[in-house]
Amino acid sequence: MSEQGTLREYVTAEIGGELIGMPILRVQDVFIPEGPTRVPLAPPEIAGVLNLRGRIVTLIDMRRRLGLAGTSEKTPLAIGVESRGESYGLLIDAIGEVLKLDEDAREGNPVNLDPRLARVSTGIHRLNDRLLMVIDVDRVLDIGTESIAA
Amino acid sequence: MDDLLREFVTETNESLDVVDVELVRFEREPGNATIINNVFRLVHTIKGTCGFLGLPRLEALAHAAEALMGRFRDGVPATTDAVTLILASIDRIKQILESLEQEQREPDGADDDLISGLTHMAAALDPKKSAQQPTAPQLTVGTLVEQVLERPLLPGEDSLDDLERAFRATPVDPPQRRAPSPLAEAAKDDAERNGNQSIRVTVDTLEKLMTMVSELVLTRNQLLEIGRRHEESEFKTPLQRLSNVTAELQEGVMKTRMQPIGNAWQKLPRIVRDLSQELGKHIDLEMQGAETELDRQVLDLIKDPLTHMLRNSADHGLETPEERRAAGKPERGRIRLSAWHEGGFIVIQIADDGRGLNTERIKAKVMTQGLATEAELDKLTEAQVHKFIFTPGFSTASEVTSISGRGVGMDVVRTNIDQIGGTIDVRSVPGVGVSFTVKIPLTLAIVSALIVESGGDRFAIPQLAVIELVRAHGGSEHRIERIKDTAVLRLRDKLLPVARLSRLLGIAPSDPEQAEQGFIVVTQVGAQTFGIVVDAVFHTEEIVVKPMSSKLRHIALFCGNTILGDGSVIMIIDPNGIAQALGSTATSQLQNAAAADIGAAEADEVTSLLLFRAGSSQPKAVPLSLVTRLEEVDARKIELSNGRYMIQYRGQLMPLVRMDSSVNVRSEGAQPLLVFSDGARSMALVVDEIVDIVEDRLDIEVAGGSDGLLGSAIVKGQATEIVDIGHFLPLAFEDWFRRKEQKAVARRRAVLLVDDSPFFRNMLAPVLQAAGFDVTTAGSGAEALAHVDGGATVDIVITDIEMPDMDGFALTQALRKHPRGAEVPVIGLSSIVSAEAIARGRAVGFHDYVAKFDRQGLIAALKEQSDFGQAA
Repeated sequence: MSEQGTLREYVTAEIGGELIGMPILRVQDVFIPEGPTRVPLAPPEIAGVLNLRGRIVTLIDMRRRLGLAGTSEKTPLAIGVESRGESYGLLIDAIGEVLKLDEDAREGNPVNLDPRLARVSTGIHRLNDRLLMVIDVDRVLDIGTESIAA
Repeated sequence: MDDLLREFVTETNESLDVVDVELVRFEREPGNATIINNVFRLVHTIKGTCGFLGLPRLEALAHAAEALMGRFRDGVPATTDAVTLILASIDRIKQILESLEQEQREPDGADDDLISGLTHMAAALDPKKSAQQPTAPQLTVGTLVEQVLERPLLPGEDSLDDLERAFRATPVDPPQRRAPSPLAEAAKDDAERNGNQSIRVTVDTLEKLMTMVSELVLTRNQLLEIGRRHEESEFKTPLQRLSNVTAELQEGVMKTRMQPIGNAWQKLPRIVRDLSQELGKHIDLEMQGAETELDRQVLDLIKDPLTHMLRNSADHGLETPEERRAAGKPERGRIRLSAWHEGGFIVIQIADDGRGLNTERIKAKVMTQGLATEAELDKLTEAQVHKFIFTPGFSTASEVTSISGRGVGMDVVRTNIDQIGGTIDVRSVPGVGVSFTVKIPLTLAIVSALIVESGGDRFAIPQLAVIELVRAHGGSEHRIERIKDTAVLRLRDKLLPVARLSRLLGIAPSDPEQAEQGFIVVTQVGAQTFGIVVDAVFHTEEIVVKPMSSKLRHIALFCGNTILGDGSVIMIIDPNGIAQALGSTATSQLQNAAAADIGAAEADEVTSLLLFRAGSSQPKAVPLSLVTRLEEVDARKIELSNGRYMIQYRGQLMPLVRMDSSVNVRSEGAQPLLVFSDGARSMALVVDEIVDIVEDRLDIEVAGGSDGLLGSAIVKGQATEIVDIGHFLPLAFEDWFRRKEQKAVARRRAVLLVDDSPFFRNMLAPVLQAAGFDVTTAGSGAEALAHVDGGATVDIVITDIEMPDMDGFALTQALRKHPRGAEVPVIGLSSIVSAEAIARGRAVGFHDYVAKFDRQGLIAALKEQSDFGQAA
């Protein structure tokens, strides 16, 4: 064990057919987004806001954010994260297991990765049967600034 | 050391503010020993504390100032020069404190200039001794120890210095030993000032407490909401109690955040004093209601605007003593500052007895800045002209002085006040004075808001901005009218610009049935009054304002969000944002109009079109005014009954009609629908996707070849199929029948279509246009007659039978008597097709009689009549 590199724990989730992972320490909770309120004039990635135990949580439509196709058929779930004192919910299709992965085994983004994915991904892990994209939560939440720069 | 230093800085700043105020007061009342004693004591405390903390520069300066004040205490009359000098020293102390706060140490530099001035003056004023001056300047160059040793040399010193020296000489752990002294002294000071006990709590603690109480209020609201649903609940009594306790707690915590407005006024006497010196005017500042309390957050935000307004009054408002004498006024100008509570608001008034606003100069400025034309200005009342001073970039001072008139005049004041949800008004009487009235909410954390519904969502509108609620519908005295695309409301003989909230927010297009209906929330922001049209108004609720997420803060129309009693989150509308949005639509309309003028001389009316896709990839369009609602329904709720698709909609079974067989009715997910309603009947058109709403000229260029299409038109540069809703209405209901297709007539004939229902006018006009007629519409018999009177060519009249005031029969009779209308064929249009009605129609002179939804029949009849007309 000791000769291996650092192990990192990731919360995995399914979204639009892709498997994504987020550092477990960034994830607060997983909840079912109930009764969200849409926000007129909001950026398209913002799916709405809702009240989660007295806090106002901003929902991020991960499908749109990552530029993935399709619409959710199942009841969506949300991964609760915090950034600069604000709460966000990242909408996903399904939550997966928590994986411990060797940091050394993480590979960089393939050069031909869709730029919308590349801007939020910090690398790829090869699992036995599929690939796991490691997501940087802060980059996911970096919504407003990008559009200004674009 | 850090804590101690911070404590010292806070405390000293507070003391210095008091010294400022008191000194100015003392200058006016030189005989008042209480004031000077108070000032002396404060400065002495500052000096003493500086000694403890090892701040030689501050100590030396405070000492010199104290020495001079000692003279006043001894009974030497205060001169303006002396007071100015002391005030300057206090300013310097403040500067030093500022850098002390940032850098944790005294800045380098010396204060010889002030100190020598102070000691010089102290010596000059000294009735007994005058030999002390040479030693004084050494204070600044000396080290700490030397200073302490020097102290006893100076007059007016007492045992405290000895005490300080004793402290200094004792080598013990400094913070612990030194800390109690200034604190104890401060506590003593406080106790003396207030006569009761108080403690210092950090603002953070209070903020946190406030947040928690806000949460509690929300939870309470939630519980009450649940309680309301369960009539006979045993929770009722404890819930009521919880509710009361929460309300009291909320009030209590709010109180801790409350501060007298006097705190914001503290610096003003000093400012006025300096201004009167600088401007050579004599100004008295009166302050009333300084004890009026308001939230400290609000207090912080109004400090600057108040200062600015005061400067304005002193600089522009008040005249010079000569001018005042000439005008027969007392030489001393007066500025009165007053504050009082009014409902949930605090009203602050700044009034001067100066010359009043110069209306002519404002007008001139307005014109040079291109804000309005002379003709426009002539129509305005004086009060309206005065309001221009709040327009951005406006400043009336013809010369830019150092005091105000730096181009950031009252408009900046207004922006600041707008930010805290306040309003500002100005009243001016020439030669008598100007008064500014500012109305701001007591607190920003919990506000009273009106909960409204628009486009299916609820929103909160802050009560402060709301003036009144008006219910508008077609027949009432308050109705929404249109000047081109601008909606206005007639309210007590004034025209009020109105805008539908759902439209501003870009949610759900306006409903043609309700376009003229709804509740109008009459709102005022600054000088601007306008109406926000909403679908429903629920109630007023105390809401806890939560800031918008940083990702959404750029949306100007919202100023925050809140959690309602039922747990849902709603947006709080920012009336300022709405005002701006209204302004910008007005401008864009102007631009559009200009563009249209250039583009087309015979600019047709622009029609709002709803673009969608159904079946083929080519976009399709219907006039938006025909669409009652856009719906997205759960596809699983669509039922198939008797070979037809149906859905339960608002308690009724609504038939779903497909454009053609290539359109699939979804079995899963959301199914977009276009709902068309006429009276109680509704049908929905199944579409694949709603694309957009555009405004364009509806100019059908190619007549439709297939059923259900009026033809094709270029909409936003793309060939678009214009859908004939008239074709689908009979498909939905069996009693709407249809006949065989008729060919469009070759020659364009002028048709006058008279129907009181805008729905039918909108529906039939494009149908007739597509069939090759020039269509003019009239909403009533009287309008139709006026049209004929006006000399327009009318080849055929199509009229509805059932109309209020003048029905189709009456209109026809009137036409027959009309010199220009006697020969015009009239086609009656009715949903009642009875032998009796037909007979009556023939009797009054109808040429034909067609059922209302029989589009083909109508065109056939038209063709027949126009052929007849041509033959005749």
